[in-house]
Amino acid sequence: MRGFLLNRLLQSLVLLVIVSIIGFGILNLLPGGPLAQFGLDPGMTQQDIERLKGLLGLDRPIWIQYLDWAWRLVRGDWGHSFRDGAPVLDVIGSHLFATLLLMGSSTVIAISIGAWIGIRGATRRYSLFDYLATVGAMVALSVPTFWFGLVGIYVFSLKLGWLPAGNMSEIGDASILGYLHHLILPSIVLSLVHVAIWSRYMRTATLDAISQDFVKTARAKGLSERRILMKHVVGNALLPMITLAGMQLPSVLTGALVTETVFTWPGMGRLFLDSLGYSDYPVVMGLLMFSAILVLLGNLIADIVVAIVDPRIRLA
Amino acid sequence: MTALTANAAPSRWSNNRAARRFMRHRLALLGLAMIIFLSLACVLGPHLLPYDSLYIDLRARFAPPLTGYHFLGTDPLGRDVAARLLMAGRISLLVGFFAMVLSTLIGTLVGVIAGYRGGWVGATLMRTVDGFLSFPSIFLLLALAAALKPSPVMITVIIALTSWMEVARIVEAEVRSLREREFVLAGRMLGLSGTHIMFREILPNAMGPIIVASTLTVARAILMEAYISFLGYGIQPPLPSWGNMLNGAQQYLGSAPWLAIIPGAAITIAVTSFNFIGDGLRDALDVRDDHI
Repeated sequence: MRGFLLNRLLQSLVLLVIVSIIGFGILNLLPGGPLAQFGLDPGMTQQDIERLKGLLGLDRPIWIQYLDWAWRLVRGDWGHSFRDGAPVLDVIGSHLFATLLLMGSSTVIAISIGAWIGIRGATRRYSLFDYLATVGAMVALSVPTFWFGLVGIYVFSLKLGWLPAGNMSEIGDASILGYLHHLILPSIVLSLVHVAIWSRYMRTATLDAISQDFVKTARAKGLSERRILMKHVVGNALLPMITLAGMQLPSVLTGALVTETVFTWPGMGRLFLDSLGYSDYPVVMGLLMFSAILVLLGNLIADIVVAIVDPRIRLA
Repeated sequence: MTALTANAAPSRWSNNRAARRFMRHRLALLGLAMIIFLSLACVLGPHLLPYDSLYIDLRARFAPPLTGYHFLGTDPLGRDVAARLLMAGRISLLVGFFAMVLSTLIGTLVGVIAGYRGGWVGATLMRTVDGFLSFPSIFLLLALAAALKPSPVMITVIIALTSWMEVARIVEAEVRSLREREFVLAGRMLGLSGTHIMFREILPNAMGPIIVASTLTVARAILMEAYISFLGYGIQPPLPSWGNMLNGAQQYLGSAPWLAIIPGAAITIAVTSFNFIGDGLRDALDVRDDHI
């Protein structure tokens, strides 16, 4: 286990370095680069800019600038927002909960419905249900999330009036029920694509598990089909899903950004777009790096969980 | 596309077999028919419609579909939605197609080199692929789109720059397994150069997975263009694209829902069609089903 852990940690660190190099490249592509915030100030002259370049060390070789930037990230000094001067990490932190709530609830929906469809499709292979689920998944993967959100708002908020069209709660109403009411539509919208993905993977994983020898043994022992399915097949089919949950993180974050925009949900995605609109590049860069680190961390945790649950991996 | 399949298949017989299998895939045929129909409509349609996509008629604002003279209604400036939809389709389909071409080129190049060379070159290239995949694509796309001037060409390049990784992974795995085969060894013994072996001997044999992946990349690229244009950082008005037609639609959702529903339906139909075609090609070319 220790060897596995060390190995996996090292991999993540290497990836983190590569991710930071890509991030630094994008930072230097942004208009004005690291000096963008000063370009917005009309009182700045060209001499001021040149002096700042010297002060901030932007006249040094690019790789020293990179090391300097990366070291500041490591120390937690992610710069300040142009808009209100708050530290970038604080700004991100204040929007983190909303996004995690949305991602969490939509993932619960996606896993439960997706797993159900996948298992049912695998046990009734080539049935009408299986066929419709396959076609349905391909269509669901093709629907733009924001459009599904707009259609959802049109039907459930504007026509039926059942669910709120946006925001996280009504002003002055901080009850759990109020939050839940606002959470339903965005989580369903965000989960659509992932229901499709989970159902496809769960179908394959279930089919794999059904063809294993231990299922034959269980049948030979005379266990009921239901018990075989619940205890032996689903348990084994769910294992690769932990890895999948980690792998899906970038796509969930992408969906969250779009969903948050449509539903004016006060999360990281909404913050990213707002900051982009204000040319608040420290926050933009911060969110870019933060989301990538979140993804790396998610994959790392998923792999460790799999290793804990499945001795075949940790001992191999 | 047929020229590529011809390369992939070692003999005429299996080439026909792949074509036959594709023709039996009903959903793929449906997808192909839809794409042909959409492309023809977008190319010919604007010439047949009596309205120009940019013609503003303030007396005919917010006309609902199927009423009056405008088949799909008009937008807040009184522009004909049908005309805009078809012009937007040109942009969206072209951006999707060329983003696919570019990202397939990048992905194939990286994948072939990484898979054939292996060692630290391969490791560095593939870890870079992992690095790019660690960013949620929309964050990367939006940051790049904000950094660079959003012309249609630049949008195409940006989408390609954020979607070549999948192809690279598939090609790398394929090339790594082909590298050890006898025909590659034979090529080496004949004294062929590495470049020749990589691109003339190995690559044609890896064509099946590349074709499937590139078809799915068109679908993805159309979606990505729609996302960033919807968010206001993609194709800029007055040039219409399916994504930016939806950009202002949310505020009129109650009074003019067709402004949101029609372009979104067009995106969904186009993307679904490409996904169906990709599925059919995967069956026809007998590509392993590692993904979905």
